[in-house]
Amino acid sequence: MNDMSQDGYVTEDGRQIGGVMMEMKNITLKFGGVVAIENISFDIREGEIRAIIGPNGAGKSSMLNVISGFYHPQEGEVWFHGVERPAMKPYEVARQGVARTFQNIALFEGMTVLDNVMTGRLTHMKSGLLSQAIWWGKALQEEVENREVVEKVIDFLEIQSIRKTPVGRLPYGLKKRVELARALAAEPKLLLLDEPMAGMNVEEKEDMSRFILDVNDEFGTTIALIEHDMGVVMDLSDRVVVMDYGKKIGDGTPDEVRNNQDVIDAYLGVAH
Amino acid sequence: MIDRSAAPSALNSIPALLARNATEFSTSPAYREKEFGIWQSWTWAEAAEEIEALALGFLNLGVNEGDYLAVIGRNRPKFYWSMVAAQMCGAIPVPLYQDANAEEMAYVLGHCGARFVVVADQEQVDKVIEVQEQLHQFEHMIYLDPRGLRKYDHSRLHEYSHIQAQGRAADDEFRPVLEKRRAALDLDSTCVMLYTSGTTGKPKGVVLSNRNIIVTSQHSSEFDHLKLGDEVLAYLPMAWVGDFIFSIGQAMWTGFCVNCPESPDTMMADLCEIGPSYYFAPPRIFETQLTSVMIRMEDAGKFKKGLFDYFMALARKVGPDLLDGKPVSLWDRLKYMLGEFCIYGPLKNTLGFSKVRVGYTAGEAIGPEIFDFYRSLGINLKQLYGQTEASVFIAQQPDGEVRSDTVGVPSPGVEIRLEDNGEIYYRSAGTFVEYYKNPESTADTKDAEGWVATGDAGFFEEGTGHLRIIDRAKDVGKMADGKLFAPKYVENKLKFYPNILEAVVFGSGRDRCAAFINIDLTAVGNWAERNNIAYASYQELAQHPDVYKTIQTHIEEVNKSIAEDSMLSGCQIHRFLILHKELDADDGEMTRTRKVRRKIVEEKFHDLITALYDGSERVQTTTEVTYEDGRKGSISANLELRDVAVVTPQQKLAAE
Repeated sequence: MNDMSQDGYVTEDGRQIGGVMMEMKNITLKFGGVVAIENISFDIREGEIRAIIGPNGAGKSSMLNVISGFYHPQEGEVWFHGVERPAMKPYEVARQGVARTFQNIALFEGMTVLDNVMTGRLTHMKSGLLSQAIWWGKALQEEVENREVVEKVIDFLEIQSIRKTPVGRLPYGLKKRVELARALAAEPKLLLLDEPMAGMNVEEKEDMSRFILDVNDEFGTTIALIEHDMGVVMDLSDRVVVMDYGKKIGDGTPDEVRNNQDVIDAYLGVAH
Repeated sequence: MIDRSAAPSALNSIPALLARNATEFSTSPAYREKEFGIWQSWTWAEAAEEIEALALGFLNLGVNEGDYLAVIGRNRPKFYWSMVAAQMCGAIPVPLYQDANAEEMAYVLGHCGARFVVVADQEQVDKVIEVQEQLHQFEHMIYLDPRGLRKYDHSRLHEYSHIQAQGRAADDEFRPVLEKRRAALDLDSTCVMLYTSGTTGKPKGVVLSNRNIIVTSQHSSEFDHLKLGDEVLAYLPMAWVGDFIFSIGQAMWTGFCVNCPESPDTMMADLCEIGPSYYFAPPRIFETQLTSVMIRMEDAGKFKKGLFDYFMALARKVGPDLLDGKPVSLWDRLKYMLGEFCIYGPLKNTLGFSKVRVGYTAGEAIGPEIFDFYRSLGINLKQLYGQTEASVFIAQQPDGEVRSDTVGVPSPGVEIRLEDNGEIYYRSAGTFVEYYKNPESTADTKDAEGWVATGDAGFFEEGTGHLRIIDRAKDVGKMADGKLFAPKYVENKLKFYPNILEAVVFGSGRDRCAAFINIDLTAVGNWAERNNIAYASYQELAQHPDVYKTIQTHIEEVNKSIAEDSMLSGCQIHRFLILHKELDADDGEMTRTRKVRRKIVEEKFHDLITALYDGSERVQTTTEVTYEDGRKGSISANLELRDVAVVTPQQKLAAE
């Protein structure tokens, strides 16, 4: 499976994976003297579930932040849909069809689930301030269209019963799901999930895994995720990037990664 | 097309009723379902079109007359349509419990030999696929929600909307067949097959004919004046006979609208939005709703709480009388009107009961306090007694004659007969045809004249003619002096007290009754805390003299109410003790569904029973217990036995 053609490959369960969607070329990211990411290259293909794993402090979240445009690497290039991406603001990246969830939930606690998910549609709203203020014409029409998309997401993630509940009152597992809903409402081409299962019990993890697979299957969304639960990673993902101390130490299918000596050393520890 | 003047005899099947509704009530709403946050609705004409398209699709798929078509899912219009479409094709719908596991499903699907299965989603598809090897007749599966099913092998799997589309496309080809099949239906053809829940042994398939369903629906609709324009919320399991009668039988007969919730979790919110005028719920749901209201009121401000308490006290006093049309003073009427404005109206609105004209509860005994709470708010909540085998209705309460301890008078068209041991037999147009592929059970239950044994014991109350259910017939015994002994009847009365968790009453073949009591640790513990009573364990709290005193008061109240029943006055409790441990399924004293295993309790605590009858004041006992991890231990205790005052049965009895 290492000799993938430009046209993609077929996964074990028979899904057709497309060409390269996003390519990271020799990325290096520094914070002062600290090198968070050192010369890393990998790609994400259309329709793929791509996991980034590694021990704590390996630079996984930094990598995700580079993809989402929050950090700008000092060296290296980010190619998206075959074009080199200039340094962009995160909202510009979002407009290109990249949405994300956060490791520490970042929702508006005082707003209802519905309103929170509606904020995910922000990049799709184009009506002017005046029109929005007087609630007429284009603004009204847009609201209806966007609400329709949001309702489909709510239905998809089975959160109908908490539609009108303020987020602050929800348990942790549901908040995670609402965050996913908000990201999905943006109808992203690439969905970035930062530890979607952290702090969940087994049942919630199963539900979340199911949703991730369904999102990928139903909408064809490409997914890049960071996750610590190895069982989840190995079951969900098509290919895995392994990072340690800012360097890439492994890349391949779950089976390849599992048998990679460097990866085993990084996780089990070895005298450096 | 059916003429308005057509005699009811033309309405001899559900599809025939649908055809009438589609022309007569064409623009009235027939089904509503909340989807994507909006109530979608279908008129009768639209529903008829959807159902016909589906039936044509079924024919296209090869559904034959006499085939069985299983339906597995929560209440959704598409499932109701599937059942009616199956009937149109001459097939027999079999709704299944959606939460059944694959093994239970395999039994039912295998037993009826379902060739077609209509399911909700991937979860159900997976279950059926898991067991399909065992199902020899199974051929095609139709699903509603395509999510996650894209990669499945679709040679035997079809999407609902595709079946309908194919049906529409093949209209010319199959229309004549459909008309012929539909015309062949009559009152004696099978309408539906429902499986009993099978608490004892394997589930049995109850075959109900069009006559059973339609005549029963007609009678019961007339009994409660159900009409076009009524609204019901369909949320109870589709495999349960009640849902079939309410959401298909009565809905088709009267043309009222069936509303389906968005998801099981949103049921309460949807109930509130729809405001049904005809509502059914088991006692458990009423109990949960009442508890949530009470808990929220505890958190309310002083003024609001005071207002609530004042008006609820008033409602308890005059509410039920107002509902029954009994005389109430003008002053109380005025106050009740004010209460309606301040408390009752808003509360009913929150609960979703603003428009309830007819409400029913059934299935098990409902606590009088819960029952009275709803009645006092002006909600016409009634009780009924029924069975799958009777197409639900055996007895029900007419408006204005409602009480918490009876199940009402025999339903219209139902004859009831009582055996010597109190067992209830009935005969009606709704009486089931047979148990499918089980002639022995059919013969055991239904005799040649059509009388069906319910297995329940009861009696008719003198004066009112109301039926009262006392117990399962096999548990009802005789006392030494020949009086009726109905332990469950007494135990239920005891368990309505929040302080009493379980009660076991003894007395069969003896001269008087005695009881074991389990206190409810939460309720009594709460009380102890408020009264500064310290305790270290269940056992210590149970033996506290004040707890004994409270329980004694409860039992004396129960005795008083039992004494009013001439038939059961012998069941009054003479002596009781509070057990030193809670009856537990781990120790085999209860079933996993928390029903007391009388026999095991009797054997295990025989020393305590002896003490209850030999007059000793205290008893020393040791009991083996099993911990959750399987280890065994023992508790010993010194228990107090206490006598309770009994009420001498009224003179009236002696005179008889």
